[in-house]
Amino acid sequence: MANLNLVQAINLALIQEMERDERVLLLGEDVGLNGGVFRVTEGLQARFGARRVVDTPLAESGIIGTSIGLAMGGLRPVPEIQFEGFLGPAYDQICSHAARMRTRTRSAFTVPLTIRVPVGGGIHAPELHSDSPEAIYAHQPGIKVVMPSSPYDAKGLLISSIRDPDPVIYFEPKRIYRAFREEVPEDEYTIPIGKARTVCEGTDLTIVSWGSSVIQCMQAIEKSNRSIELIDLRTIYPMDIDAVTESVRKTGRCVIVHEAPRTCGLGAEVAATIMEHCFLHLEAPVQRVSGFDTIMPYYKLELSYLPDALRIGGAIEDALTF
Amino acid sequence: MCVRALNTPRYTFTMPIQTVFKAEIERISILDEHCEFDEKLGAGLIPDDDLVRLYEAMSSCRYLDEVAFKLQRSGRMGTYPQNMGQEAASLGAAYALRSDDWLVTCYRENCGLFWRGVPMESILLHWMGDERGNAMPAAHYATPIAVPIGTQMLHATGLAWASKYRGESRIACTFFGDGASSEGDFHEAANFAANLDIPVIFCCQSNSWAISVPQRIQCSAPTVAQRGIAYGMPCMQVDGNDIFACVYAVKNAAARARESSRPTFIELVTYRLGDHTTADDARRYRDQAEVDLWKLRDPLIRTRKLLETKRLWDSSKEDAMRQRIEVSVNAAVSRAEEIAAPPTSDVFDHTFAQLPPDLVRQRDSLQTHSLAGEQPVHTEGH
Repeated sequence: MANLNLVQAINLALIQEMERDERVLLLGEDVGLNGGVFRVTEGLQARFGARRVVDTPLAESGIIGTSIGLAMGGLRPVPEIQFEGFLGPAYDQICSHAARMRTRTRSAFTVPLTIRVPVGGGIHAPELHSDSPEAIYAHQPGIKVVMPSSPYDAKGLLISSIRDPDPVIYFEPKRIYRAFREEVPEDEYTIPIGKARTVCEGTDLTIVSWGSSVIQCMQAIEKSNRSIELIDLRTIYPMDIDAVTESVRKTGRCVIVHEAPRTCGLGAEVAATIMEHCFLHLEAPVQRVSGFDTIMPYYKLELSYLPDALRIGGAIEDALTF
Repeated sequence: MCVRALNTPRYTFTMPIQTVFKAEIERISILDEHCEFDEKLGAGLIPDDDLVRLYEAMSSCRYLDEVAFKLQRSGRMGTYPQNMGQEAASLGAAYALRSDDWLVTCYRENCGLFWRGVPMESILLHWMGDERGNAMPAAHYATPIAVPIGTQMLHATGLAWASKYRGESRIACTFFGDGASSEGDFHEAANFAANLDIPVIFCCQSNSWAISVPQRIQCSAPTVAQRGIAYGMPCMQVDGNDIFACVYAVKNAAARARESSRPTFIELVTYRLGDHTTADDARRYRDQAEVDLWKLRDPLIRTRKLLETKRLWDSSKEDAMRQRIEVSVNAAVSRAEEIAAPPTSDVFDHTFAQLPPDLVRQRDSLQTHSLAGEQPVHTEGH
């Protein structure tokens, strides 16, 4: 076991997968000599050479489009898009090709591709460096979307993503890249895609969250004197519907917390799923704590935008006192 | 620090403007529209037997276009893009390449795909609204028909990169139109290929029209070919209706790719004799005189003339070929039409290698509550 932060856990997963499988290669802007702008790929080019850790031209569509070709050609590319705000230029390649190639060719061609993307706010970054677009990609059939909230999950989920036979967008919540450390096994292990984690058990209310918001939820739970169950989805798509619905059937109340804007955010999907599966068990309307339907503000106001323990606590009270 | 020195002009020096780079674009033509043949470039390039086969391949592709048009008009097939007039470009490439080089096409490269061995009914099936037409067998090293314009050049670059990564000698050759050369992905693909030394050949079928938009709105430079210069790769213009010139250019580019892992950009000048697709009416935006001029430059006419000059062909051989083609194309149409629609589960089963539980539920619900049995509605679209 090693005591690692999220960046180190991802770095370790990449090393182990590259050692295990010659088909795995990394590519992206600044991922080589510089080790990535967040240093996630630090030391990997020195270790594996410029053939397997490739500094590419500055072109996101080019990075994803060539990665699709690499994957169709039998490799396991792991491209990095430097910030989630830069996924825009690659959107066409992701949704028009990576997501559709298997269907388009009735599985004659597949795209085993893992797109690593730092995501979310809270690090005082400039515009377009703090967004949360996970619902956009969850809405696109043919792609899996993953977002860990701890170093342990980060390693196991990344290994699963790289070994997955289909395209995965692996969002890395940058706010917790170095926020805390935890014990991470040095041996390989996987965490299945599509399985949520029960962070803590409770009987009064269920919180469903993912990414760095999970940490805000834990703070809210600590401040509350109620018995609250926290579900970390870990995988955005395919969502672990069973984990959510089993918990809500037990507690009868639910608060959903995410950084992304509210309208058509994944919270809406979670709430609708709860309505479909748990209607007669509900004691209160499902509450959502989210970003707002505004452009993510520059960093002076970002903490007002992001869900925090206070807002989450308010929603918990609303649900419990309905 | 030399701030003072930098800020003090020294008028005694002269700084003549220098030319740091000069470029020119070569045009390759071997068999021109008047059937003049350049022995220097063309001798031995295509053996006579092969030339006969190539002519038959182009003729067969042309006949398929006629049949496909009628199929669409009679409601037996969806929107279809005719390849008419552009047969030589992709065929020349497929002939010049190794059979295990990647052929990454758009949708006007039927002739090259058929040469590669892709069954005619696969292409028909695709335009009949059935994804199984795109299930390209691995042995053909051909990617599916790419409807999203100008995006597949990046896949070709990635495919060639994968071969290079594994130390294989396989290269990739990709096709796209002059309209697609305006897309950002073309430029990103060219930039990646040139800067990362990827063995890929970019073949632009420069056919004058992107639906209704003329080439001058895509490219105000004298040639599309010179776009490649900006990326530091060899580039040239080729008579795309000249099967010899196409073979010559792709052969040289393939040798460069294989030997030095360098890309090439080839502008194949050709002309879309038909409409953009069966949903288009080109009479709305282009003059018949222009079409008539290009009809004289048809790749089939000059190839047949050369064969006749060489006493390899005559009207009885033409008639016999026509009969063979009609039989084989009509048989392909029958095979394609006999393929029944897949079960509704087919919509789901290739979304992922393993379906997530909720997708299984959705699939099962469609099977219980589907509207199967209702007639599909055919509408024309782009």
